[in-house]
Amino acid sequence: MAISVKDVEHVAKLAHLEFEEKEKMGFTEKLGAVIGYIEELEDVDVEGVEPTNHALDIKNVFRDDVSEPSMSREKILQNAPAKRSGCFEVPRMVD
Amino acid sequence: MSYRTIVGLEIHAELLTESKMFCTCSAAFGGDVNTHCCPVCIGLPGTLPVINKRAIEFAIMAGLSANCTIAEKSKMDRKNYFYPDLPKAYQISQYDMPLCTDGYLEIETVSGTKKIGIERIHMEEDTGKSLHTEDGSSLLNYNRCGVPLIEIVSRPDMAGADEATAFLEKLKAILEYIEVSDVKMEQGSLRCDVNVNVVADDGRKTEIAELKNLNSFKAAAKAIDYETKRHIEALEAGQNTLKETRRWDDAKGLTISMRSKEYAHDYRYFPEPDLVEMEISGEWIESIKKELPELPQAKKDRFIKTYGIPEYDAGVIVSSKALAVFYEEAAKLAGDAKLASNFMMTEILRRLKDMDSDISDMPFSASDFADLLKFVKSGTISNNMAKKVFREMAETGKKPEKIIEEKGMKQITDESAIEEIVDKVISENPQSVEDYKNGKDRALGFLVGQTMKASRGKAAPQMVNKMVSEKLNK
Amino acid sequence: MKIYDLTAHEVRDRLRKKEISSVELTQETYKRIEEAEGSVDAFITLTKEEAISRAGDIDRAICKGEDLPDLAGIPMAIKDNMCTDGTLTTCGSRMLGNFVPPYDATVVRMLKDSGAVIVGKTNMDEFAMGSSTENSAFKTTKNPWDTRRVPGGSSGGSAAAVAAGEAFYSLGSDTGGSIRQPAAFTGLVGLKPTYGRVSRYGLVAFASSLDQIGPFGKDVEDCAIIMGAISGHDSKDSTSVNRPVEDFTKEMKDGVKGMRIGIPKEFFGEGISKEVKAMVLEGAKIYESMGAVCEEISLPSAKHALSVYYILATSECSSNLARFDGARFGYRAENHQGFKDMFIKTRSEGFGEEVKRRIMLGTYSLSSGYYDAYYNKGLKVRTLIKREFEKAFEKYDFILTPTAPSVAFKIGEKMNDPLEMYMSDICTVPVNIAGVPALSIPCGFKDGLPVGMQLIGKFFDEATLLRAAYSFEQASGIHRQRATLAGGGENEL
Repeated sequence: MAISVKDVEHVAKLAHLEFEEKEKMGFTEKLGAVIGYIEELEDVDVEGVEPTNHALDIKNVFRDDVSEPSMSREKILQNAPAKRSGCFEVPRMVD
Repeated sequence: MSYRTIVGLEIHAELLTESKMFCTCSAAFGGDVNTHCCPVCIGLPGTLPVINKRAIEFAIMAGLSANCTIAEKSKMDRKNYFYPDLPKAYQISQYDMPLCTDGYLEIETVSGTKKIGIERIHMEEDTGKSLHTEDGSSLLNYNRCGVPLIEIVSRPDMAGADEATAFLEKLKAILEYIEVSDVKMEQGSLRCDVNVNVVADDGRKTEIAELKNLNSFKAAAKAIDYETKRHIEALEAGQNTLKETRRWDDAKGLTISMRSKEYAHDYRYFPEPDLVEMEISGEWIESIKKELPELPQAKKDRFIKTYGIPEYDAGVIVSSKALAVFYEEAAKLAGDAKLASNFMMTEILRRLKDMDSDISDMPFSASDFADLLKFVKSGTISNNMAKKVFREMAETGKKPEKIIEEKGMKQITDESAIEEIVDKVISENPQSVEDYKNGKDRALGFLVGQTMKASRGKAAPQMVNKMVSEKLNK
Repeated sequence: MKIYDLTAHEVRDRLRKKEISSVELTQETYKRIEEAEGSVDAFITLTKEEAISRAGDIDRAICKGEDLPDLAGIPMAIKDNMCTDGTLTTCGSRMLGNFVPPYDATVVRMLKDSGAVIVGKTNMDEFAMGSSTENSAFKTTKNPWDTRRVPGGSSGGSAAAVAAGEAFYSLGSDTGGSIRQPAAFTGLVGLKPTYGRVSRYGLVAFASSLDQIGPFGKDVEDCAIIMGAISGHDSKDSTSVNRPVEDFTKEMKDGVKGMRIGIPKEFFGEGISKEVKAMVLEGAKIYESMGAVCEEISLPSAKHALSVYYILATSECSSNLARFDGARFGYRAENHQGFKDMFIKTRSEGFGEEVKRRIMLGTYSLSSGYYDAYYNKGLKVRTLIKREFEKAFEKYDFILTPTAPSVAFKIGEKMNDPLEMYMSDICTVPVNIAGVPALSIPCGFKDGLPVGMQLIGKFFDEATLLRAAYSFEQASGIHRQRATLAGGGENEL
C-alpha cells in the first residue's frame, strides 16, 4: 500500500481529524489508491524547471495604509457558536 | 573547566501602521474587544488578504537601519497550525524569501564594540488575544489579529545577559528612531524569545533551550543567567539538557519546561496563493532610504561635534529618540548646549527614573525647560533654585516664570541688598569672624551658609561668597 | 414555449418592451421551482421575499424609463459557496449548515448592482469537491435530462436549475471543471474565465490558485452578457487582474473563418467514450465547414494534469479548510474535552468523507519530508503544462477537446471509487492548472443525454471562445432543446 494506517494517523493529527477504528482501514485504502496514482509524477523529468506559484505574472499588488471603520461587533459575532462579554468563547486553552 | 554561553534572540515588533497588515481595520492598540475586526481579519470563509504597502516599507526601513541586505524578490508564505487565536489556522508569514537578511547591530561591551549578526527580518501578521475565565472557558478578542509584525532573528552571537540586553536596547532605540514601532514591551508591541545553550572548553555543548514569556529586558537577562547556570550544572554532572521550550516564571525566578507537545510543529509552509510576489526595485529602496531619519549613532556623533557635550552624556541622551529631540530643541532655544545637557543628565533623568516614565509623559515641554535654563543663565535664579523650580514644573506642569514669581524665587543680585544681609550675619556671628581670623577657613563657608539661609536661598551665591570674603579680609 | 424556457437575453428584450414585468417573471420562476424541485432538488435555500421585493424595485425603475443593465430584473441562482449577506451560505456542508455571512461576495454585489433578482442558492458537492453533486451533505441534485443521473459537479445545482427552467442563468465555480462538466452533462453553455478575470472575494476557497467563478447560460449570448457583468478588477482580491472590462458580445457574431483550431491527441485517448470522441470530432468538421482549419496537436504533459491537480488543489484546500474549527462560526461539536478535542471533533463530524480525503491528501503532500516530492514537484510540472499551452497558442486560436469522458452517469455509480470519480475531470483540469479560459458547449446527444465540447483559449481571450462557440451554436441549433425532467418515476430520490 502507498500509505499505512500509521501514516494516516499521523497525517490526521496534523489535520486535526480523527477516524473511528472501523473506518480507518477503508479510508486508508482509498487514500492509498489516490496516492498510488499520483506517484506517477515521480518519473516526470523537471530538470531546470522552475515551479509556477501563480498562473499570472502579476507582482507588487498593494493597498495604501488607510484605515476604514471596522465591522460592527454584532456582525462579527453573529455566527459565533458561543460568545461571552463581546468575545468568542471556546473551551479553556491550556497554556 | 570553563564555559561559554551562547545566546540568540527572536524578537517581534508590532508596526505603527494606521491599518492592519491585510485589511483596513485600525492597527491601534487597545479598543473595546472585537471592535477592530472585519471578515478578513477574523478569517471568515471567502475573504482574501491585501498587503499593506507601508508595512513592507517599515520592514525595509528596519532592515536598512540594521545594515541588512534587502531582497530583490520576496513573497509571503503560509505557516499552518491550529490555535484559537489564529482565525485562518495559518499565519501569513515569510519562509524562504524574507525581506531582509545578513545585517548586524553594534553593541558596547566590556571589551569594546562588538557586532551582533542579524540573520533575517521578515514580515508577518499578529494573532488575536485570549483571556481565560475561572469557569473553564477562554474568551477570544481579535482586535490585535492581523496587526503587522516584523520578526527579527539574531545570529547566536551574544555571550550572555549583558550582551543580550545591550542588543535589545540598541534595537529598541533604532526602531523607535525610525518610528516603525513604539517598542513597548508592557503593551506587547515588542516581544522577545531567547535561545540559550552552553559550550564547555572540551567541546561538549548542551542542547538549545528556547525561553518564552519574557516580559521585560530584565526578565530576559535573569532568564539567561538562570539557564546558563542550569546548563552548566548539567554538564558538570556529566549530563545534557534537552532541546525544548521553557517558560520563564518571573515570580519564582526560574524556567519551566513546556514539554507538553507530543510532536514538534510541522508548519507545512507553502507560498501564499492568495498573494502575488513582490519585486523590490533599487528606486523604491532609495526612496525609502531618503525617508530614514538620523539614527542614534549618527545623532550621537553630531551632538558631540556640534554641541561639545561629553561622549557619555551624548550616549545617554540619544538612547531614546524622544529624549534626544527634547534635548536638542531645549539646547537650541536656551542657547547653551552644555548647560542643557548637565541639567538633563542630573535633574531630568533622575525624575524620569523616579517616576519610571518617558520624557513624553512629562508635563513640561522643551521650550519650558529652555526658559528655565535661560533664567539660570541670566542669573535670575541660582542653580539650586532651578532644581526646586524644576521639581515644581515636573509635578504641576506650571511654567517656570510663573513658579519663580509665585514662590518669589528670584535671585537677589542687588549688591546693596546682599550687603545688608551680609552685614547683619557678620554682626550676629562675631565668634565665626574671630574663628576665621584665627585661620579657620570653614568659618567663611558657615557665614556664607548663614547668609544664604537669611536670604532664604535667594541671594546669588557667588556674590555672597565674594562679599563675605571681602568683608572678612578687610 | 414556456416563459422559463427562454434565454436571459430573450427575457431582457421582453422586459424592455414591457411585455412582462420582473415581478411576473419572478413569480413564474417560483412556480416552476415548485413544480420541478421535487424531481430536481437544485436548491438549498430559496429567497422568495427578497427576490419579489427586488423585482418590484426593477419594475418601478423600468416604469420610470430608466436605462437599466442587461441583467436587470432577471431571476437567477447562485452556487452556495458564494457569500450572500444575510442569507445562508452552506457550501453544501454540515460544517456551514447554519452560516449566515455578514457580507456579500464581490460578484454578488456586482450582480445586485446590475439589478439581478436572486431566487436562491444552489446545491453543490461539499466545498466544491466532487464531480457529481452527490457529495452534498443535504441532498442529491438530479439531472433534468434524466433524473436517475447526476447533473455533474461540483456546480450541479446551478446547472440543473438553469436546465430545468428554475433560473434564467446561474453562477458556478470551477476549480478542475466544476462549471464545464455540469454544463456538458446538462446541455448548457458553461464558462470558466481566465484566472484573475473575475474576483474571488467572497467565494469560499477550495484551491486558491485554481478557483474561478463563471456563468451557466442556455446559450452563448447569455454567457457573454453575464461575463460582462461579473468581470473586472477587485482591489479586495490580490489575484484579480487590472484589465478593462470588455463587451464580450462585441465580436461574438464575427464567425470563425480563418481561425486555426488545435485538436490535442492526448484528449482523445482510451479514457474517453467512443461516442463522445466521435461527436467532438464531428464538431471539428462543422468548424471546418465554416472556414476554420483544424489540426492535430500534442500536449504531452496533459496526461500528468490530474496528478498535479490532486496535489496542488488538495494542498491548498487542506490549508483553506483549516479555519473550520467551530470557534468563530459554523458547526461546533457538542461533546468534547478541551479546545483541541473540540477542533478535532468539529472537523471530523462537520466534514464529509470526500472533503476529509482531500484534506488528508493535501496535508500529506505538504508535510515535512514530502513537500519536494509532491507539492514542489507539482508546481514544476504545472510549469510544463502551462508552457505547452502557451506554445500551442502561438499557432492556434483555440483548442478543441471533449469536456467530459462520458455523458452523465447514474447516481451512485461512481461513489465507491474516488479515483474513478476523479477521472471525470481529465479533460478539464489541465485548463485550471494553466490558468487559461475554457467553455463547454453542447455538441450533440447520446441516448437523449447531452454531450459537451470544450473550447480552450488564450489568456484573456474569452472573446474568441465566445465567438467560436456562437458560430457553432447557430450552425447546430442544439441550444434550443430543453430538458423534460424525465426519470424512472415521480419524485425519485
